Amino acid sequence: MKRTIKTFGQVVTAVLVLVLGSLIAMESAVAASTKVPGDFGPPRGKPIQAVLTSPPNVPPATNRNYPAKVIVELEVIEKEMPISEGVSYMFWTFGGTVPGSFIRVRQGDTVEFHLKNHPSSKMPHNIDLHGVTGPGGGAASSFTAPGHRSQFTFKALNEGIYVYHCATAPVGMHVANGMYGLILVEPPGGLPKVDHEFYVMQGDFYTTGKYREKGLQPFDMEKAIDERPTYVLFNGAEGSLTGDKALLAKTNQNVRMFVGNGGPNLVSSFHVIGEIFDKVSYEGGSNVQRNVQTTLIPAGGAAMVEFHTEVPGSYVLVDHSIFRAFNKGALAILKVDGPENKAIYSGKELDSVYLGDRAEPNLNAVTAATKAAASGTLTQQEQIDAGKVLFTGTCSVCHQANGEGLASVFPPLAKSDYIAKDVKRIIGTVLHGLTGKLTVNGKEYNSVMPPMNQLNDDEVANILSYVLNSWGNPGGRITADEVKKVRAQPVTAQKAEH
Amino acid sequence: MFVSSGSVRHAAWMMLLIGTMQALSTHAAVEYVAIPPGKLASVLASDADTGPAVIPAFAMRAMPVTNGEYLAFVKSHREWQRGKAPSSFADGTYLHSWRSSLALNVGMSADQPVTNVSWFAAEAFCENEGARLPTWLEWEHVAAADEKVFDARSNPAWRARILSWYSQTSSAPLAPVGGEANAYGVRNMHGLVWEWVDDFNALLVSVDSRNQGDPDKLQFCGAGAISLKDRDNYAVLMRIALLSSLSATSTTNNLGFRCVRPMTAEKK
Repeated sequence: MKRTIKTFGQVVTAVLVLVLGSLIAMESAVAASTKVPGDFGPPRGKPIQAVLTSPPNVPPATNRNYPAKVIVELEVIEKEMPISEGVSYMFWTFGGTVPGSFIRVRQGDTVEFHLKNHPSSKMPHNIDLHGVTGPGGGAASSFTAPGHRSQFTFKALNEGIYVYHCATAPVGMHVANGMYGLILVEPPGGLPKVDHEFYVMQGDFYTTGKYREKGLQPFDMEKAIDERPTYVLFNGAEGSLTGDKALLAKTNQNVRMFVGNGGPNLVSSFHVIGEIFDKVSYEGGSNVQRNVQTTLIPAGGAAMVEFHTEVPGSYVLVDHSIFRAFNKGALAILKVDGPENKAIYSGKELDSVYLGDRAEPNLNAVTAATKAAASGTLTQQEQIDAGKVLFTGTCSVCHQANGEGLASVFPPLAKSDYIAKDVKRIIGTVLHGLTGKLTVNGKEYNSVMPPMNQLNDDEVANILSYVLNSWGNPGGRITADEVKKVRAQPVTAQKAEH
Repeated sequence: MFVSSGSVRHAAWMMLLIGTMQALSTHAAVEYVAIPPGKLASVLASDADTGPAVIPAFAMRAMPVTNGEYLAFVKSHREWQRGKAPSSFADGTYLHSWRSSLALNVGMSADQPVTNVSWFAAEAFCENEGARLPTWLEWEHVAAADEKVFDARSNPAWRARILSWYSQTSSAPLAPVGGEANAYGVRNMHGLVWEWVDDFNALLVSVDSRNQGDPDKLQFCGAGAISLKDRDNYAVLMRIALLSSLSATSTTNNLGFRCVRPMTAEKK
């Protein structure tokens, strides 16, 4: 009995094993093609030669709905190029540019990667693509001596925007010399259509010479290890995206930027002055953050930012660690052309003097004087008090708060022989301005005072009363009536005399 | 790397034996310089935290092997002529800049260092004059000198000179061998060409230089794992990186060699 049961048990077990075994076998046969997310099976169709583009250009969308075999041929070239005006640097490049050529594939594609190291290279190089699943991201399989080429193949399992870079010792130096770029792995359905796609990548550079010191500047390992960059740049050179080379778009367009950060050291606080990112695929991942002012891009990371252009003008791309933008070069321009949209942005509507809080009590003096003038009780002291405030706002910019003027540029009002000689003529000077040679207190001036006829009669009278009673001038007062009369006279262009 | 090139290397030795028989006394004019025994704190050792290496005495060619010398060698050793050397000993760019298998190109001169030679070819040449390729430690030992002192590696000027050569591409024609001798009397250790060493493929454990974390590697592979602990070492480490990118059949536009041999007549 026991034996029978045992045998029965064995039979059951055997059957179970058979069934399970075949199930597992079926499972694993299927697993090879479908169980790995992002693996859409073996490549179909003819192999496709990848279109590589130099920054700031981005290759066209793959426009494919099937996984293909894509051949990428990337050439490493060591070459001297300008890093700033009059400054050159021996860059090590993927494809002859910094950042390197932009690579665009589709999720599920089988990428046959060829790395060619130009015979003129001095150094061996390799490539680590962050979009590769496999040890070293391809680094070990692509280690290539000068004048040689190597090949490896990977399946692009994860969609996203990925950094690639050289990983040859000393890795930091190869990266600091410009050996990085971006590879886009499109989602199976592609990215939404936009009007412009741009390729921008930040990097920090270390030269033995100072910022903008002329000539060929060698790499400085000390500064690199200490993380004290000489330059922080978009697309490998100061001015690579400004002036004639600025990025161009029109109003009412959708703009997508693939923004990478090669490092080697710094993290970028990427910001476009005057724009708000409608969407950011931060860290190049699948989450989308909306309405972003500044997005953090880690060294060896990338982001995809999108925004819509509304108002024409120049939009400045910066690393908002802002000294890098204005003292180390991290600055690029997006020029947007098109009709103004005043409803969204008006342009400058007002430009006037603002005196701040300090002026508050004194402005009371102006108000008091105005009231007193209206009721006919205006005293000389009220005029002087009001005039002092108005003088500060309008006249002191040139004649200075102490009335001393500026030597040989703006004549003094203090102890001025020009005023003392004829106190009434200064009404005309204020209303009509004064141009040409003029001698005041024995010194010659030759400049232009514009007419100040935007001041009303009360204001001119008060200012001049203040001037007459200040800094050793003869005293007395000017009334609004007097100003009114001078203003009513036909303008005889006041020429300087003496 | 070890295994594959080792077996091929064996075959090469057989070939060389024949060559060595023919040639021995024809190279009396070649200048070898005596290198006294010494100790070297190698960049490899310092990164692997082992003590200084002991370098026994040897003699080193004062200058890299020239086009002229190599041309003479292939004239007497047909098996090393371009087109005759098998591809398992030299890759497709072996001597490719020459006009023919027995003539230099226009614009090339006999006193430029020979380049585009494989490790096998370099070994064969050295064997032919009763010598061999230097080990990395021997090469590094001599290369540590500047014009005045035997170990100039702490001198920033020494390092700057090396680095300035790194930052020039190899598109311009090579200068002739010569130039100022270092403290040993050896010339062109820096600034002219990369040079083969005997143990070029034993220097890096991994071709991905970032895999340094595993301490076992040091035990099994000695000097293997290279990092950048001492920031002053990187100029020399870059040479090791270059050597590590090669296989024994590789040839490049800026890779030459020089030979060493046991101390004999050079003894001072």
